[in-house]
Amino acid sequence: MIAWTIYITFAGAVLLVFTPRAFARWIALATTAAGLVTSVIALFQISIVDLATFKTIVRVPWVPMLGMNYHLAVDGISLTMALVTGVVAVASVLFSWDVEHRPNEFFFWLLLVVGGSYGVFLSADLFLLFLFYELVIVPKYFLIAIWGSTNKEYGAMKLTLYSFFGGALVFVGIIAAYVTAGSLDLQQLAQFQFTPQLQSWAFPVLFVGFAVLAGIWPLHTWAPTGHVAAPTAGSMLLAGIVMKLGSYAGLRVAMNLFPQGFQMWRVWIAVLAVIGIVYAAGVALRQRDLKFVIGYSSVSHMGFVLLGFATANALGVSGSVLQMFSHGVIGALLFAVAGRMVYRRTHTRDLDTLSDMGLSRALPFAAFSFVIASAASMGIPGFSGFAAEITILIGAWKAYPLAVWITGIGMVLVAAFTLRALKKSFFGESASEVRTQEGRVPVDADWNEQQDITARITMAEKCGACLLMFATLAVGLYPKLLLDRIMPAVEAMRFLK
Amino acid sequence: MNYLDLLKLASPEAIIAVTALAVLAVGLTTGRGTVEAAVSAARSKAGAGDTPATGATASAICSAVAAFGLALAIGAVMMLPRQATLFQGMLVITPLTSLFKIICLALAFFTVILTRSDRSARNPGEYLAMLLLATIGLLLLVGTEELLMIFIGLELTSLSLYVMAAFDKTDVRSAEAGLKYFLFGSTASAFTLFGLSLIYGMSGTTGLAAIGQKLATQPIQPLLFVGIVMTLVGLAFKIAAAPFHLWAPDAYQGAPVPSAAFIASGSKVASFVVLGKIVLVGFAPVHGSAAWHVVIAGWSPVLAALAALSIVIGNLVALAQTNVRRLLAYSAVAHAGYTLLGLVAGGREGFSATLFYTTVYAFTLVGAFGVVALVRRETGGDDLTNFSALSSRSPLLAGCMAIFLLSLAGLPPLAGFFGKFYLFSVALRAGANHGLLWLVALALLGSFISLYYYLIVLKVIFVDEKSQPETSPVRTIFGEDGDFLQRVTLTVLAGMVVFFGIMPTMLVAQILAALL
Repeated sequence: MIAWTIYITFAGAVLLVFTPRAFARWIALATTAAGLVTSVIALFQISIVDLATFKTIVRVPWVPMLGMNYHLAVDGISLTMALVTGVVAVASVLFSWDVEHRPNEFFFWLLLVVGGSYGVFLSADLFLLFLFYELVIVPKYFLIAIWGSTNKEYGAMKLTLYSFFGGALVFVGIIAAYVTAGSLDLQQLAQFQFTPQLQSWAFPVLFVGFAVLAGIWPLHTWAPTGHVAAPTAGSMLLAGIVMKLGSYAGLRVAMNLFPQGFQMWRVWIAVLAVIGIVYAAGVALRQRDLKFVIGYSSVSHMGFVLLGFATANALGVSGSVLQMFSHGVIGALLFAVAGRMVYRRTHTRDLDTLSDMGLSRALPFAAFSFVIASAASMGIPGFSGFAAEITILIGAWKAYPLAVWITGIGMVLVAAFTLRALKKSFFGESASEVRTQEGRVPVDADWNEQQDITARITMAEKCGACLLMFATLAVGLYPKLLLDRIMPAVEAMRFLK
Repeated sequence: MNYLDLLKLASPEAIIAVTALAVLAVGLTTGRGTVEAAVSAARSKAGAGDTPATGATASAICSAVAAFGLALAIGAVMMLPRQATLFQGMLVITPLTSLFKIICLALAFFTVILTRSDRSARNPGEYLAMLLLATIGLLLLVGTEELLMIFIGLELTSLSLYVMAAFDKTDVRSAEAGLKYFLFGSTASAFTLFGLSLIYGMSGTTGLAAIGQKLATQPIQPLLFVGIVMTLVGLAFKIAAAPFHLWAPDAYQGAPVPSAAFIASGSKVASFVVLGKIVLVGFAPVHGSAAWHVVIAGWSPVLAALAALSIVIGNLVALAQTNVRRLLAYSAVAHAGYTLLGLVAGGREGFSATLFYTTVYAFTLVGAFGVVALVRRETGGDDLTNFSALSSRSPLLAGCMAIFLLSLAGLPPLAGFFGKFYLFSVALRAGANHGLLWLVALALLGSFISLYYYLIVLKVIFVDEKSQPETSPVRTIFGEDGDFLQRVTLTVLAGMVVFFGIMPTMLVAQILAALL
């Protein structure tokens, strides 16, 4: 059932190549919506007991000589990730509803990213997982380099090379595991006893390789530039899904295959995670570009995910998975507001300029969405961010109390930069009247369709924002929905035993 | 052993030889009057519209005859018996040789179709005859396990390719390409011949299997290593491994596009097959070890050094290129390095990985050169600037080029990705205790670098908006002035690259079965 998310998405991508441009966005919407519906149905259809272990759903021999199978499996963690993929994918299509420039190509690349992500989250074969993982790299390049803004070619190339560099490290780790154990099956590999000597070097290579995509400090620098350069849908996919590919694979592959290596290195993961949280939050406080603020906040939030991993207890790791969902949704919403709702109308993201515009009156719906997103991002109770981060911190308290203290500082900084961005962007001091921009040259020549600041928020934007807000609220108010499925799956993992 | 047997078992070669003569005859009878016209057309730098119709038909007939002959030869290969040996291994037929004969013939077939898109091609009959002779050389190379025949095959291929490289008489670059290729090539051949003679002197036989047995029984002498290294020099030249790659950039850039494509594909595949046979069968007892903790003298450290150098030099120099053909040449050097990894690892698995990679690489490169040929025909050049905004001019070509280049970079779901995974996993498995990790890590670093320059080409194709002003050829529904056939071929090649990426088992199973 849930395997169909992959097939539908790729079929949609192929279909886009042959259809006239007028249908492109509808096909993309139908495809992503089908993916979302499939994952939601799977959420309620598959019983919680079945989600406790990584259970095979499809297994077909692929390259039997090398032991490769087309092998998909699902557990609570995968399902959660598939769900966030579905939500963010639909929202990102809705927020790129008015892409007029080469729309078929745009949605083609977008669907490849989405399909590849579903693939990574559901793969139970190491080669298959890596194939999907690498498949996502190039579409990102084109999405950013063709449809992006602000230094787009630099941002795109940097992001691609970082991803590919991470991929090369992962490649080494995967081959090492493969030739040692003689299998590529994740279920079998999770039973295999690797020698401590191998684990001691293979784990860091593999984990760092994946963590590049998760934005681990100090390999996070692709994230802010990439997010800023990307078109809105690109930023949403990057923050919402692609960064999660790294953390998910780190958990599923690196930690689960090399538990002893993980125990050896987890202190360092915790250190890097805490540095990432505090450092990125501090940097975000000083940014003038709204998208840079959000880009750094992504790095900071992903730091929580890594901190949760480092705790090596069920609570912390489950919190991490929840945080992956939560940040996927919140990050996408923040970028949607900043990149689509605000930037498309004002053609600026400079906080000082925005603060003179009185956007809260001009774009009340945008202001409302941004308040919700900021609240969720700061970890206000009732939103998913709170549920996730509190779980991580409780887990971390058991493992590294000191880390919790330092992270506390980080959380204050997060609140500070979020409030600063919120105030400057929407609730500027001189916002007595709505001003339209005059004589400002748009940074991105591609978007030549000038929209006025007073242009109304479109239906598509409202739908997308409501979907994301609903997701964060639903999980925030009833985290049990996901945690019940995540916890048993995490407890089944080897590194906890 | 009578001659009828010989004719039966060597029927593919015989068919190609007859076809070559036929093509030559056709070219002679139909193309006589067009030479002056063609030269004057070139002088006035006019387009195809000025070329007399007779020239076009001559070219079409020649290509059709050549393609038909190649197709016939493929059929003949399929009719061959599974196993046969002629003249003590002078000619052997095994599943492996049959498979690679088909692959070489298919590569020649695609090259013939490419020739049709090269506007500069004059005397199509002679050109195609040379191509077919080179193909015979490849078939001999693939289908022998004997030193003398290997040398004859090498020479037949090389001499034909020298002529093909220098074929464009109006272009000084083509002459340069031919001359460089010839000078380097003949020197390398001399080395190989000397090496082979040393090996013959020590083993007293020219059959590869017999050499292997002889070497296994006698103590290893320093002279043997001289012989091995010299033999490898010549083959390293053929596969364009650093530091014997210096001819490649000029040959790839200057030679007529189909010649370059054939040098880069068919010649390379056959050379890897024969290199693999020589080292894995003939020199099997002196394998040595290239692992970082135990280096044992033998051919594998030599190949490992060649591989490492090729990967580093090829990738780093490719970064600085602005001409697509030159870029492909340097990347070819790097790819030769990756491909050698399988041979360094050795064994059936290693050889199979090498063969898979080089086959896939050859088809990819023919495709890439096909795109270059069409772009060159349309814009008159093959610098990066000529590719700018190709995606808006011709989405099909742009899409095909993206598939070819991304496969070269090793991205899924394309064949290059599986090829690299196979090669690197075999190499890591080979040495005890991950001994070849250093080489694998270097190769991965190399492919990381390579993504950058492939992406730059793709960036120019897809991202750059402004297309340079150019003479826009007549557009028909079949693409620019009827290059329908080329476009179909490129689509087929791109389809193959995707197919072998998604279903690699189709080819891997064939190769592994053939290597039993």
